[in-house]
Amino acid sequence: MSETGVPARNLALLGNPTRFLALAGTLVPLLAGATVIVGVVGLFLAFTAPEDYQQGITVRIMYIHVPFAWLSMFCYTLMAVSALGTLVWRHPLADVALKAAAPIGAVFTALALVTGSVWGKPMWGTWWVWDARLTSVFVLFLMYLGLIALTRAFDDPSRSARAAAVMTLVGFINIPIIKFSVEWWNTLHQPASVLRMGGPTIDPSMLWPLLVMAAAMTLLFLTLHVAAMRTEVLRRRVSVLQRMAARQAEHAAGRAAR
Amino acid sequence: MSAHAAYVTAAYALSAAGIAALIGWVWLDYRGRKRDLAMLVAAGIRRRSERARDGTA
Repeated sequence: MSETGVPARNLALLGNPTRFLALAGTLVPLLAGATVIVGVVGLFLAFTAPEDYQQGITVRIMYIHVPFAWLSMFCYTLMAVSALGTLVWRHPLADVALKAAAPIGAVFTALALVTGSVWGKPMWGTWWVWDARLTSVFVLFLMYLGLIALTRAFDDPSRSARAAAVMTLVGFINIPIIKFSVEWWNTLHQPASVLRMGGPTIDPSMLWPLLVMAAAMTLLFLTLHVAAMRTEVLRRRVSVLQRMAARQAEHAAGRAAR
Repeated sequence: MSAHAAYVTAAYALSAAGIAALIGWVWLDYRGRKRDLAMLVAAGIRRRSERARDGTA
């Protein structure tokens, strides 16, 4: 077998829900433990980092606001890859991954908006402005809500999988808009200061706590996503068994009537 | 506590509440589905693949 065939085969093996449940049983505690350890280190670094010479203590909001914002986009990107998995490769777990990620992405996006608003009030003098960055992130939040509704609209998940995948891919256009909104338009929001051409503009004393907090949030996201995928696999299994139980009850009633 | 410290506290408190609610929802949802599955299996409802494996098909 070629070398490229090995990851493809591993991905195909994961398509077996029973095998995925076993893997999730091992992964969830490991990821949760790593989240706690990296999170504690991140919070320690965040609260011992120097205050900003202009923003003072409010710069500490950056250590949660920026990771929430990054993960809101990372989660949607993962959902877009899952949508390709549904439409192109027809991977059995792709729709499970998409559906499980949507509520987590919605919460992370809501927290990015809320923490940004709480940071904006003392720094900008306002809770909210309809500028390009804030509005595009708000649109992302609404898209998450739409996808949550769509993936839960039918009892049979296969009926919503294709529509949700198409809607996710169409909505992916918003991700580069969010990223480059601060460059394409005049916004109150500051331009990118970490993920930018020419390297970060933040001092290492603040950059490192931010990166560690981002790692902790990413681990938290992965923990919750694998756990939610495991629940979704169980939900689908329960649904199949409930249909079988209903059919058996129907046959039994039919035999009794004869 | 300075006025700015109150904003920092509020941001962290709201984030902690949001994350706690999310973790709680994911955990309760998992427990609920596991309970549903256990009840169906206890009632003798099993998938064809499981019945075949146990030789009870």
